Order: sequence, then structure tokens, then C-alpha cells
Amino acid sequence: MSRGRTIPSSMLLRPTTTQRAGRAALILLALLFLTGFLILPVVAVFSQALSQGWAIYRDSIVQEDVLSALRLTCLVAAIAVPLNVLFGIAASWAITRFEFPGKSLMITMIDIPLSVSPVVAGMMYVEVFGLHGWLGPWLMEHNLHVIFAVPGIVLATVFVTCPFVARELIPFMQAQGSDEEIAAAVLGANGWNLFWRVTLPNIKWALLYGTILAASRSIGEFGAVSVVSGHIRGKTTTLPLEVEMLYNEYNFTAAFATASLLTLAAIVTLTIKKIVEGSTGVARNIEEQEGES
Amino acid sequence: MPVKLAINPRKSARRWSFVTKSSPLPGFRLSFAFTAIYMTIIVFIPLTAIVLHGARGGFGAFLHTIVAPRVLASYRVTLGSAAAAALLSAVFGMLLAWVLARYSFPGKSIVDAVVDLPFALPTAVAGISLTALYAEHGWIGRYLEPHGIHVAFTPLGIVMAMSFVGFPFVVRSVQPVLEDLDPAMEEAAASLGASSWQRFTRIIAPVSFPALLTGSALAFARAAGEYGSVIFIAGNMPMKTEITALLIVTKLEEYDYTGAAAIASAMLALSFAIMLLVNVLQWWFQKREGQRA
Repeated sequence: MSRGRTIPSSMLLRPTTTQRAGRAALILLALLFLTGFLILPVVAVFSQALSQGWAIYRDSIVQEDVLSALRLTCLVAAIAVPLNVLFGIAASWAITRFEFPGKSLMITMIDIPLSVSPVVAGMMYVEVFGLHGWLGPWLMEHNLHVIFAVPGIVLATVFVTCPFVARELIPFMQAQGSDEEIAAAVLGANGWNLFWRVTLPNIKWALLYGTILAASRSIGEFGAVSVVSGHIRGKTTTLPLEVEMLYNEYNFTAAFATASLLTLAAIVTLTIKKIVEGSTGVARNIEEQEGES
Repeated sequence: MPVKLAINPRKSARRWSFVTKSSPLPGFRLSFAFTAIYMTIIVFIPLTAIVLHGARGGFGAFLHTIVAPRVLASYRVTLGSAAAAALLSAVFGMLLAWVLARYSFPGKSIVDAVVDLPFALPTAVAGISLTALYAEHGWIGRYLEPHGIHVAFTPLGIVMAMSFVGFPFVVRSVQPVLEDLDPAMEEAAASLGASSWQRFTRIIAPVSFPALLTGSALAFARAAGEYGSVIFIAGNMPMKTEITALLIVTKLEEYDYTGAAAIASAMLALSFAIMLLVNVLQWWFQKREGQRA
């Protein structure tokens, strides 16, 4: 088609005044919804936490129970997240680089924790490790505690967070293909070198992204942990459980002060996520440009 | 020096004859075994335990438990609120996805990041914060209560909490589809004289519908299993505002493990049904994508 006959799209889709008004109205509506529905709850947390002044806020946070909950939350995340990073790498390697029967079953299994209610998730471990569970009597004999103890909390957290890294990596590695890795393998790289020199540099942003999601969820998990924890103050309460207990004791300021720590963690998560998304976007653009040239 | 091939075809083909397509890449055994064992321990065995325990009392007892009046009432509350929340999420999720995909405005990247807030904010924090907002003297509640609109401690509050956790699923499902939509189609429609409303109903709506449905189904699934954000705002009155997840916890606290396992099995069945539905939707979606391409 000759250039003269082409109608520039900007003319066709150039907004009229009514359309521009409609556009502004939709943006305004979206912003209003977002403010009222998402931002207001966050502001409310801080406002409630600071409602009795900064000193009381600080005192509520440095209480021994809150600090020990903070320590436990960090401990649980420090165990669950690396485990799930390992799992995510192994699962995505097996699924995207090899063909084997039962592959789709494996992918479905990885998705299960996302669709199971957290309460049911916690309860599953009570069924296996609890006093009336399959391993309960044996554990009792050997004086091992899983349910109402830290191992149960870790297990429940591992369950709810295990899909995050795998689900980020699988589509990413699928799209990337294995040409570079096959080249490295054919040239004699051993598995270790191949992973550190070829695979990891390629997947690092997707891996980081999945890790952030897993970490954020493992810090904030409530339902599953609540079922297996037993709510023993100073021993088996994580930060979200501490929030619940303080709230149910009508200690609202302390509950919101503790909640504000978790809210800060959420804000940090979102910020890092945005930065990583920016980085992957940059990486993708560079790849596209290289592909074109 | 001749290049030594690192692949040993005999080794990979014979020992793992079930690997249908032999690959030169290393690490299949390790990654497959690790993934399979991890999934078995973390997901498969606990899931089996809960279903088997639910059935332990026999089918009659199982049925009796899951259709008891209080349990049936909890299904009504949970599913009804989750459906309302999914609908609300669909409307506002579509709005947000549209605004984010189509318009540019200052602060857009912040808005985009804030949409993920419900994923990052621990559910217990969302729960107490929403309760504080919608309670009689809360920032929002104080304007609603005089008009006779009670949100906190009513089913309406449950819907609000469930919408909070559910709506990002809709945005994140629909947004990429709207972003990928080829502007040429709309330009063609516009050049043939289609109004913007016609372009929306004839082009955009049909293309984004499967994604909207998928997102809403995910939001529904999340809402139906939600625990942390709901229990604070629900008031938890048996027969009226008691959700199924809470009923499971109540049964556990009463040491009625078989009853809890039976209800949990019913919830699992629902989760799997939704998972199946989402997979079918995605399959349909991909088929349509294939036809368009």
C-alpha cells in the first residue's frame, strides 16, 4: 500500500473530547478504588499502631514476645525459602529440560498448594505428625515434637510456599530453551559448571523474583501455621500469630504495632519486586534487540 | 586435540529408558528424584492422610458430617461470599487491568505495584486492618453505619475481605491479554466506523473474556479457602457468618479430628474442581489464541 493511502492510526484512534473525559473518569475511578480498598488499610495499620504515640509504639514492638515471634518468623523463612529455592530449581530443570511420563501430573502437583485452603494445608500435617496421626505415636515414643512445635510450622510454611519459585522458573526456562546448555554440555562442561556458568546467569532474575514471592508468603503465612502452631507464646508464635493473639486480647495498639512490622515487610517486598521486574524488563528488551540485529 | 563428547548416550538411554527423549543435559536423575521425593513428602502423603482420615469413620459418618446443618450453613456463607467477591473482583479487576494496560498517567508504575499488595500483605494484617476500617467507628464504617450499612461482623464484611485477597488475580490474568491485543484490529474496526463501545463489546470483551473467567475462578478459589483475613471481620456466628475454614479449626480445637478431616476433604474436592475448571479454561484460552495466530 502506498504511503499516501495509509490512514495514520493516530487519526483513527485519536480520542475525542468525550472519550478523553471517559478515559479520565476510568483512571479516576481506578485510583479511587485502589486508594479506598488497598491503600487505606495500610494507612490504617500505621495510624492504629501510632494512635497512642511513638513511645507506646516502640514499647509494643520491643516486648520479649514480639521479638521472639520475630526471631521465629525469620528462622522459619530462613529454612523454608532455601528449601523451596532448591526445589524450584530441581523441578524446573527436570520439567523444562527433559521429557518423561507423568510430567503433567508433576506440574499439577506443584500447583496444588496454591489452590488448597491454608487451614486444610495445616491440617494435613496434623494428620501425619499429630498425636492421632500416622507418625504421632512413633514421634511420641522418641520424644520428637513436630505439631505444636517449630518443625510443624516449617513444614506448613514449606507447603504453602513451594510453588512460588518453581512457577516463576518453569515458564521462563521453557521460553528460554536449552540451546546454550546443550552447547555447554556437548563442549564438555560438567553439571556443576553448566549450572553456575550457563543456567544460573540466565535465570537469576526469575529466580530472585520467585524467591521474593516465597519469602514474602513465608513471613506472612497465617492459616496453615495457625493450625500447627498451638499458639505457645514465646515458643511457637510467628509474627502473624502474635498479631492475632494480641488482637484477641483486645490489645489493639500492640496488635497493630506488630502488624506494622509485617506491613513494612510487605512494602519492602513490593518495592524489590518492582525493581526486579524493571531489571527483567531491561534484560528482555536487550535480548529482543539482539535478536533483531 | 579431538573434542571429547561429554554425552554418554548409553548411560542416559539405558538406565532411564522411560525418559522418552534422551537429552545431552546432565542432572535428570538428581532433579527428578529430588522433585518427586519432595512432592511426595510435602504434598502427596499429607493429602492422602487427610482424605483417608476423613473416610475412617465410614461413608455414612462422612456424609453425616459434611451435610450437618451448621456445616451446610458454612458452605452457604463461604461459597456465597466467595461468589460475590469473585464478581466484585471481576468488575474492579477488569477496570484496573484496562486502565493499566491502555492508559498512561503519572504514578502508573506505583499503581501497578500496589495491585499486588494483597499478595504481599499478610492475611492477618489485612483482616484486622479491614475490621478497623469498617467497624462502627472506623474510617469507613462511621459513614456507612448511619445509613444502616453494616459491614464488620456481617456477610458483607466477609465479601470485602475476600475481594481484597481475590482481586489481584483478575488484574494479573486480564492485564497481559489487553497489553498483547493487536491495535491493528481496533484500528480496522475504527476505520470501518465502529464506535468505542462497539470496539469494546465486539473486540476487547471477547478476547479478554477467557482471561477474565480464569482470573475470577482463581479469585473464587482463593476466597473460598481464605481464613486469615476473614475471621477477624466475620464475627464468626455459627449458621450466619461462620466460614468453612473456621469450622475446621473449631472442630480441631474440639479434638474432633475425624469431623475436621471430613470437612477438609469436602473443601479439597472443591479446590480440585476449581483447579480443573481453571485448567480447562486455560486450555480453551490457548486454543483460541492458536486460532487467532
